[in-house]
Amino acid sequence: MTPLGFETLATLLHRGSGLSIGPDKLYLLETRLAPILRAHALPDLDALAIRLRGAAPELERAVVEAMTTNESSFFRDDKPFAHVRTQALPRLHATRPPGARLRIWSAAASTGQEAYSLAIIVAENRALLGTREVEIVGTDIAREPLARAREGLFTQFEVQRGLPMQMLVRYFRKDGGNWRIAEAIRDMVSFREWNLLGDLRPLGTFDLIFCRNVLIYFDTPTKARALEAMARQLAPDGLLYLGGAETVLGVSDRFASLAGDRAVYGLTPPTAAPQAAVPQMRPLAAVR
Amino acid sequence: MTVDRTQVVLVVDDSRVVRKVARRILEARGFTVEEAEDGSRALEACRRAMPGSVLLDWNMPVMNGLDFLKALREEFGPGNPPVLFCTTENDIDRIEQAIVHGAQEFIMKPFDEEILLGKFEQVGLL
Repeated sequence: MTPLGFETLATLLHRGSGLSIGPDKLYLLETRLAPILRAHALPDLDALAIRLRGAAPELERAVVEAMTTNESSFFRDDKPFAHVRTQALPRLHATRPPGARLRIWSAAASTGQEAYSLAIIVAENRALLGTREVEIVGTDIAREPLARAREGLFTQFEVQRGLPMQMLVRYFRKDGGNWRIAEAIRDMVSFREWNLLGDLRPLGTFDLIFCRNVLIYFDTPTKARALEAMARQLAPDGLLYLGGAETVLGVSDRFASLAGDRAVYGLTPPTAAPQAAVPQMRPLAAVR
Repeated sequence: MTVDRTQVVLVVDDSRVVRKVARRILEARGFTVEEAEDGSRALEACRRAMPGSVLLDWNMPVMNGLDFLKALREEFGPGNPPVLFCTTENDIDRIEQAIVHGAQEFIMKPFDEEILLGKFEQVGLL
């Protein structure tokens, strides 16, 4: 692949989704974009890069979507979910006025397992929460995984990754060779196509934000921008959950980890100085 | 050499291939694997020396997995050792039966290393 072709693809991915791709990741481009080359009858990645230099928004979207990682499983790395169950939900319920709705955001929802795991936790804690409404919003930049998430249909392999058998029996029913999530759980979650690096304000304020194993794909300035934007969407006493290998240290001073919970963050107290305006990334459709 | 019985997994399956696959995965994670090809032989093995956990097929000749589980719990009490079903059965009523009779987890075949070890982790064996 020519340096110019690589630069075109790397720039598109960075602007479109924040993904940081170095020359050492050429193999990843070759593997993941091969189906797109076939579908568009393009001989190689250079030809794809040339096509992308013209106006091809759908092709741009397909490239970004193919390059984003859609790894997901129910109750992945259990610890943050245990924290929600034993700490966050009881505290929020105790401190919020009666009738106030709680809002949870799964910021890289992929095929929906994380959002549905949170909904299952809420269902399991209905006795504690009483009639309090809980809204769960799952967003992702990739359209195809989101369609699967909305469908709520999972393979036998997927329901065996992380989901205890008691929950499988309680919240799923068999549908042919697959497993369909119960309507009561599905109705608690809405999925929206959203670029984490776009304008997040229309999503509203959240009490809990799950953004796990996303920042690892970003370079430091992009991480800082994403964290700043999420800080603005988090309630003052809300919590941010990152992946176990992620940290805000040296990236953002808006969050501080909770004692004993390296992957759970609260907002740092606001300083007297006004926050500098943070430039938004251009939305994907506008990337040329 | 003394074997730490808590690290022994009794793999009960009438398929030699399944026993071999499970053995390979579990031994790589430090478990000691013992094998039985039906429920009756598995029960005898438990009476001789109790394993730390049981990976259990459902459909087997002589004594099936559910009958083995019932007999095991009746003779040795509830809870211990943990039993993980590993079977081609995948109807909800089968899983419910497994729960009622004291199984800790349920693996639906075909399984792979990730699923098997994930379930062992879920029940606290890893």
